[in-house]
Amino acid sequence: MPQNITLRVNGETKTILADPEEPLLYILRDEFSLNAAKYGCGLHQCGACMVLADSKAEPTCLRPCSSFGDTEITTLEGLTKNGKLHPVQQAFIDTQAAQCGYCLNGMILSAVALLEENPKPAEREIREALDPVICRCGTHSRFIKAVKLASETINR
Amino acid sequence: MKGPEINNSSRRSFLKSTGHLIIGFSLYPFVSCETKGTPLAPYNGTPLRQHIDNKLIDSWIRLDAEGYLTVLSGKQELGQGIKTALIQIAAEELDIEPARCRIINADTGQTVNEGFTAGSNSVEGSGKAIRNAAAEARLYLFKLAAQKWNTSQESLSVANGIIKSKKGDEISYWKLLEGKFIEEKISGEAVPKNPSQHKYVGQPLKRDDIRKMVSGESHFVHDLRMPGMVHARILFPPSYQDKLSSIDLSQVESMPGVLKVIQNGSFLAVVAEREYQAVQAREKLKSLAVWNKTPIETLPKQLFDTIKKTSGKPEEVKLSPGIAEVIANTAISHSAEYFKPYTMHASMGPSCAVALWEENLLTVWTATQGVYPVRATLADLFSREEESIRCIGVPGSGCYGQNGSDDVSGEAALIAKEMPGVHVRLQWMREDENKWEPYGTAMGFQLSAGMDADGKILAWDTNVWSDSHSTRPNGRAASFVSARHLEKPFPFQKGGFSAGSYRNGIPEYTIAAKQLHLYTFSGPLRTSSLRGLGAYGNTFALESFLDELIHKSGNDPIDFRLGNLEDPRAKAVLEKLAEKTNWKSRQKTETNGFGIAYSRYKNSTSYFAVLAEVEIDKAAKSYRLKKLTGVIDSGLIINPDGLRNQTEGGMIQSASWSMLEEVQFDREEITSTDWTSYPILRTMETPEVEVHLIDRPDTPPMGAGEAAMGPVSAAIANAIFDATGSRIRDLPLKAEKVDWKKV
Repeated sequence: MPQNITLRVNGETKTILADPEEPLLYILRDEFSLNAAKYGCGLHQCGACMVLADSKAEPTCLRPCSSFGDTEITTLEGLTKNGKLHPVQQAFIDTQAAQCGYCLNGMILSAVALLEENPKPAEREIREALDPVICRCGTHSRFIKAVKLASETINR
Repeated sequence: MKGPEINNSSRRSFLKSTGHLIIGFSLYPFVSCETKGTPLAPYNGTPLRQHIDNKLIDSWIRLDAEGYLTVLSGKQELGQGIKTALIQIAAEELDIEPARCRIINADTGQTVNEGFTAGSNSVEGSGKAIRNAAAEARLYLFKLAAQKWNTSQESLSVANGIIKSKKGDEISYWKLLEGKFIEEKISGEAVPKNPSQHKYVGQPLKRDDIRKMVSGESHFVHDLRMPGMVHARILFPPSYQDKLSSIDLSQVESMPGVLKVIQNGSFLAVVAEREYQAVQAREKLKSLAVWNKTPIETLPKQLFDTIKKTSGKPEEVKLSPGIAEVIANTAISHSAEYFKPYTMHASMGPSCAVALWEENLLTVWTATQGVYPVRATLADLFSREEESIRCIGVPGSGCYGQNGSDDVSGEAALIAKEMPGVHVRLQWMREDENKWEPYGTAMGFQLSAGMDADGKILAWDTNVWSDSHSTRPNGRAASFVSARHLEKPFPFQKGGFSAGSYRNGIPEYTIAAKQLHLYTFSGPLRTSSLRGLGAYGNTFALESFLDELIHKSGNDPIDFRLGNLEDPRAKAVLEKLAEKTNWKSRQKTETNGFGIAYSRYKNSTSYFAVLAEVEIDKAAKSYRLKKLTGVIDSGLIINPDGLRNQTEGGMIQSASWSMLEEVQFDREEITSTDWTSYPILRTMETPEVEVHLIDRPDTPPMGAGEAAMGPVSAAIANAIFDATGSRIRDLPLKAEKVDWKKV
């Protein structure tokens, strides 16, 4: 049965009527008209549907929307503050780290979560942080480069 | 070209009235208007008008948006950066900053028919047409200006779209045209710029779509939001030949949000208000459907033996009578068999399309690689005139080949037909994509060769076994897989294109006697085009086998290739590879291995040589691909960073195919249904990649996207051999295939 569910997404609090079991991904796309989180596998295996949940990169294609409670949810759209790109977004542009771009949401959010916790990660730590996200085009080497660049920018 | 006159044809208003306005999604890739000098008005697109034929400048180049150049191309953006490369080409010839250029790709309502975006030929094909059209447009504009000022064209110059005369007159392209468009034919009179004058071609211009994607802006077909749009899911049979026996649809029809349940033969679909409701309704359908099962005939383990037995008379691609005796009588003769399993495109985003069925027009927003072929196939499916169908290309999730995008376009239209006037968005589920996409086919290779005592190859005989690499939409409805499941099924027939199967099957090396036979089999799984087609498997087999010969004759892998190649450009990529990797002074240890491979894609386009370095762990019986270093020559470089990105990506994707990938199936069905049962390379295992470019400004640009695929697989196999002494001849190159006792 649909219930009132209150979610905090990109700094805004919104109450919607939805099935509490409905995974957050579909709520973000249908109720919030957000595009960045994408359906990839429906199994939490590929990272296409990532959001930042209280600064942690989390998949959303299975996890019920009601389980997010008071969590501060940030989507890729919410990273841009007052028209200014997050250093990780800028680094992805600067290194031209994309081919088709379907994985960018998961890659960028995983990198943001990593750098928040560990602003100077070693390459191995970068690889570990990006590992949950699938990329079919083989752009991995550029993603690693982009995260290194973002880390430099943040620490400058 | 005839004298300049501006046509203000009534065609425009006619096409405007038949055109289709789209609300809620922009067809035009907007770029922030950062340009030097005067600020620009926002780009509002060009009026919708159909091209008449590809001989007109207006079919490729449009200047009717004030201050902007709009380029049109029938090729689709797949993540290969084609939008940017084509803009660079047009900007160059017309001397307009790339920031003032926009591009419309693959829309049957606007762009010319350029077939499929495939075979790495977008820059060669579309790029050439755009270059010529842009050069003609420039010439035409110069003629207009010269006439206006009563001077000679030679006395005119142009900078950023503003023509200047020596006397000081100035006029922009747009003022000159007064909002009208250039309907002149491409005469061939205009000469494109000499590469030495290039300003934009050759620069690492950044892709504007990356800027959009990092912010989560609408970009993919998956992101389209149309007014009143509803969500659909389909339920495929469990396996290829299974037929629906019975189902109680009423239990699904009564579910919340469900608008429609469709059953047509074994084709099942649900439409719901919300996407999640459609997903749930599909789950319900799945639990209720009862199927008549037909088992899959061949299992993965029997595949190579079966395909070798079932093949009929071979195609004699190249004959060398008596080659068997020549090989038998050489000082060193050798033969071996290789195998490539079925591999998946495995797009990260399951395929998606949006369709709108109206009385006079069927519109499909599709991530296909061929909007016109899909339109022709839809016309057959619905017995509609092609002119009453518009296919609009929108980027999809990448894979480089035919994933489910074509099929889902046909299915979205089938569903939309049942809900006229409503935008229907259909997305496949993960298991739909994995089980129903047309795979890269399994292939078998039997190679034999003979050398003299010095290691000169005297004869080389190739036998290739392959299923089709091309079952793309061809105007027959059954190329959409679901058309085969309808109550009145469309019969499926494979096409006759076999050249993809033996692509790169004949070695380029200087060998007196070469022969190739192709055996075409019909395998148990659905197949079509995957990046490089047969070149991937053939190059894996040929360059691995060459490594065997090199080892047998005690030669150096680079020196041997240099000694047996004549083309200086082929030699140059190998020489540069040796130089950049310090090949001669490489440090061979007990735990590492080095492998070289080279090929010229299609034996006629880009040259690519690669070194793979592996590190083994004997105790763990495993190996790690440490690094790939590649050198590519694809002629004139349009965008060096784009070329590098394509090559790095190709190397990593090939490493994934080569080390990990194999479609698994049993009698019942495909069992590689997700990322656990079909693992691909992730960031932890990704090798370091290094790419070096050779620019050839005086030679035509050549397609580059597929050049790395084959050589990388052989280089890794050769490196594993160097490290372990085990020759793995069947892909994927799993560590368990190494004879660790021998190491």
